[in-house]
Amino acid sequence: MSVLEKVRPERPATVPREPRVTDGHGRRIRTGELALRYLLLLAVLALTVGPFLWQLSTSLKGHTEDIYSSPPSFLPGHPTLHNYARVADTVPVWDYALNSLKVATANVVTNCVGSALAGYALARLRYRGRRVTTLVFVLAMLVPVEGIVIAQFTTMRELGLNNSLVGVVLPGAIGAMNVLLMRNAFRNLPYEIEEAAYVDGADVWQRFLRIALPSVKGTLAVVAIFAFMGAWDDFLWPLIVLSDPSKFTLTIGLNYLHGTFAGDERLVAAGTVIAVAPLIALFACLQRYFFRGVGEGAVKG
Amino acid sequence: MATPLRIKRQRLFSPWLFAAPGLLVTGTFVLYPFVSTLVNSLTDRRTLLPGHFVGLANFRELLHDDMFWTGLRNSSLYVLGVVPALVVLPLLLALLVQKNIPGITFFRSAFYTPVVASIVVVGLIWVWLLDERGLVNSLLETVGIGRVGFLSDQWLLLLSAMAVTVWKGLGYYMIIYLAALANVPRELHEAAAVDGAGPVRRFLSVTVPAVRSTMVLVAALSSVAAFKVFSEVYLMAGPSGGPAGEDTTLVMLVQRTGTGLTGRVGYASALSVVVFAVTVVLMLLVLRADRREET
Repeated sequence: MSVLEKVRPERPATVPREPRVTDGHGRRIRTGELALRYLLLLAVLALTVGPFLWQLSTSLKGHTEDIYSSPPSFLPGHPTLHNYARVADTVPVWDYALNSLKVATANVVTNCVGSALAGYALARLRYRGRRVTTLVFVLAMLVPVEGIVIAQFTTMRELGLNNSLVGVVLPGAIGAMNVLLMRNAFRNLPYEIEEAAYVDGADVWQRFLRIALPSVKGTLAVVAIFAFMGAWDDFLWPLIVLSDPSKFTLTIGLNYLHGTFAGDERLVAAGTVIAVAPLIALFACLQRYFFRGVGEGAVKG
Repeated sequence: MATPLRIKRQRLFSPWLFAAPGLLVTGTFVLYPFVSTLVNSLTDRRTLLPGHFVGLANFRELLHDDMFWTGLRNSSLYVLGVVPALVVLPLLLALLVQKNIPGITFFRSAFYTPVVASIVVVGLIWVWLLDERGLVNSLLETVGIGRVGFLSDQWLLLLSAMAVTVWKGLGYYMIIYLAALANVPRELHEAAAVDGAGPVRRFLSVTVPAVRSTMVLVAALSSVAAFKVFSEVYLMAGPSGGPAGEDTTLVMLVQRTGTGLTGRVGYASALSVVVFAVTVVLMLLVLRADRREET
């Protein structure tokens, strides 16, 4: 690790040793460096998580408590859930949450099924047009969504699906990037087992469902999580396609709440906590897949 | 058991059956809209009226539209402001969380939280934090600096939105850098340390060259994302783009012009074409910068 460590011989075993913290390679980290690291880590922690906690704290502060005080009071004096009840009286926040849940669930199902099927075709099946199909998905991945939302909107109107939850889901129902992720996952499987099954007479659906699919569960989980998160967090497209307040998803509803009832910060805070809590819970349980998704997505993107 | 004939027939049909849902969705909702954006940009189409071919009239109009230049300026400034921060800061953060000291997995996950949250949640959290009477201003007043109008001044607003974008992106690019750092051979660091190089020197002459291709990747990803910025500015400056619309970005202009019952689809498509063009140029610039450094 450091120069000193390299040249100085091991201390004799008789000298009492301070408890040592080692890095991943079993090398010791000096106490001073360690303290500095933790100090920096805590500072960044305050910066990244602090704003969420402040929002939570604001949402728990009662009517009568001053939320604008200076110096600020970080903890609510008399914590109350009153604001959560009030936000539901102001806008149908639970309906919005349900709409978001519907959209996100549908997005997970369509993305998992659609991209697994298409990915398998691109990776394993031989047919005329396979190169063209692959190229279609690669090109689609490169098209920036922000540049085509207007045309997507007119397409949706032509199909009569604007202002519906189906219309919210459809454009991202089978993401091109997910198709390519699944294709790579299938390609990395050893071919021998499928070949043996083929020789034994297993047809293509049997090979897909019984052999290939169970082996790519990890990638499928990544696709599922990112499909859920993408749909739950999406803003621009639902903002464009939805006009009827009863169909709003949480993000659009929050924007509406903020625009219409901007005066009451406690209400907006309660709304944002409702919107973000499920995703933080999901992340806490399934971190592994979130991080894996970043790695795979970055390599592809 | 399937007969050979059945297998042969399957070979012809199943591949297309497998790919059909994906192709249908991609074709209808990505490639067709892409082509129709190009076509519409040459027409005067509106939401409720079919358009006529007008040649390059929309693009000529762009050149005289002050709002277009404002949008182009803001989106470009966004790239210049956000990209250097997102190339450097997450790398430093990755170095900070790289060593497996006790509790480090907690810190890594905590730093990733802003990535998981919706941009709307993040935007509203910061609108409240940076409010005239919000937490940041309370703290500034407590330490005697006084209150700052983060959300009322045109330039401070844009700067605040950039800070929020960086704040939300840190964790994402940190994970990308962590993967790259894991591949840097330890021996390089040790050799440099033996040669007497300090931490800063080792960072510049060992770490940076080793993760250079990842830095290029991050620059490419973040510059394209930054140019297309919409939500942060929309939420912080409001739908009309701040004081006198001076904080409007290009994508906000696309959204404002092209939607609603009176939407000018043709003109918004021309704006979209500019978004495409700049995106492609940005990618090429980053890739070219990469190649020049290599030789």
